[in-house]
Amino acid sequence: MANIVSDVICPFCGTLCDDIEVELSDDGKKILEVYHACAIGAEKILHSQADDRITRPRMQQDDGTWNDVSYDEAAKYTAQILCDAKKPLMYGWSSTSCEAQSVGHEIAEAVGGIVDNTATVCHGPSLIAVQDVGLPTCTLGEAMNRADRVVFWGCNPAHAHPRHMSRYSIYPRGFFTGKGSKSRKVVVIDPRVTDTASLADAHLQVEQGRDYELLSALRVAFRNEKLPDVVAGIPKARIYEAAELLKSGRFVIIYFGMGVTQSLGKNHNIDIAIAVTRDLNDFTKASIMPMRGHYNVTGSGEVLGWEFGFPFSVDLSRGFARYNPGETSSNELLVRDEVDAAFVIGSDPGAHFPISSVQKIAKLPSVAIDPHLTPTTAVCKLHVPVAFVGVEVGGCAYRMDNVPIECRKIVDPPEGVLTDQEFLEKVLAEVRKYKGV
Amino acid sequence: MEGGKEKKAYTQAAGIIEMDPVDMKKLKVWKNTNVRVTSPYGSVIVKAVEATQGPHPGLAYIPMGPWANSVVNPKTHSTGMPSFKGVPIEVEVAINETVLDSQELVRKACGLP
Repeated sequence: MANIVSDVICPFCGTLCDDIEVELSDDGKKILEVYHACAIGAEKILHSQADDRITRPRMQQDDGTWNDVSYDEAAKYTAQILCDAKKPLMYGWSSTSCEAQSVGHEIAEAVGGIVDNTATVCHGPSLIAVQDVGLPTCTLGEAMNRADRVVFWGCNPAHAHPRHMSRYSIYPRGFFTGKGSKSRKVVVIDPRVTDTASLADAHLQVEQGRDYELLSALRVAFRNEKLPDVVAGIPKARIYEAAELLKSGRFVIIYFGMGVTQSLGKNHNIDIAIAVTRDLNDFTKASIMPMRGHYNVTGSGEVLGWEFGFPFSVDLSRGFARYNPGETSSNELLVRDEVDAAFVIGSDPGAHFPISSVQKIAKLPSVAIDPHLTPTTAVCKLHVPVAFVGVEVGGCAYRMDNVPIECRKIVDPPEGVLTDQEFLEKVLAEVRKYKGV
Repeated sequence: MEGGKEKKAYTQAAGIIEMDPVDMKKLKVWKNTNVRVTSPYGSVIVKAVEATQGPHPGLAYIPMGPWANSVVNPKTHSTGMPSFKGVPIEVEVAINETVLDSQELVRKACGLP
């Protein structure tokens, strides 16, 4: 009989699908097949089995070659660069468990570091907007059971959150949405005719970067006030139509993504998207939810939130927590040469930061803790491979709607490979030794 | 992306620029040939492909990755978030240039061997 592990949590995106089944070899050591997951999720789980996986920490030499080192030496080096630095940047955290994040924050407190997560290049502006104007939100379960009007604003779940639509937003039959996709109307706002837009009842092809205008126009249209003939490239008749479509629903859910947070306007785009949601509540019930990317970026915000009071860009260098995005956020700190060591875990700034920031990381004493080979590991001085959270070790992760879900361990990591948490505990012990605590 | 960023598949998925057929015709860019993309912030070689999620004339799309990040606007306007979208670019044919893989690209940009 096939050796199947069921109810596995997929450690790829913020949807955290919890219905994955994984087929193992008879001895339970090898993953043979992944069922129910999307192509990306399955690829991630299967990639843990790659033959060419790095299983020992490596130190980069001046000529670009790598020397293997032990985990103890790696922990010592990491502790030393963090302790020697005046203001070390500790970035990432989104592809690891809350338990590991918590240990990492202890290290940051001890060395006076800056803890920033991937929200800084993702939903950071959303978090700033939420602090400004609040957030009328709900869980994905509520959206599935109630929402009959679904808006995707500047996001493309068909590619980025492949099972979001089938599990929560468009297709599932919920308590009050018994006919599945037939009981829902979908509105997509995107400058491209994305694959998500091809499923929409209404697609507003907004001019790139003009989301703020269109959102304002929707607020005008809700109140039946006059609009100019064309706003953000959309004729006014279509805006009135979309406004009517949303007002006529019993429950509207707005999902938004990088299209709005990364375009000019940034947090102000989200401010007004939340204001649109608030306005809709005058006519019907409405909620709004950011489409979080990494599977545990939400968790990083939560853990930072309950430990220090701020969700990202937390500066602990003065012995107490400060937060000022634009000053204490990774890209500014790197570009202004304000940090003197870089510690990266569970993310890939080498690929996802503007190249001017990556060039700064390459000049600093640096360590990348990541099971994969990435552009970040290519420029860091030390690469520490670790076990895959959600595949080789369990741990808590938060779904995009702030619901904590406990990930499951499927197989053992390769022999001798530590988990994030184990390695960070080693670093913490070294830091304490170094500081004489 | 999750199958290994050092692999060819990542370069094929993210080392591209999706362009509208109308723009390709105007710029005399053939499908699946390499082009140089230049912005006020940098320059990178990527492969030009026809838009898969179009039409969007006047708009080009490079997926998230080190190739896009070679040309994006790093200014954050005090939000922490660089301006990854809406970057004005110039596209020119560079048929004899090669698209570097993710690790080569970043190491070269950082002056590493």
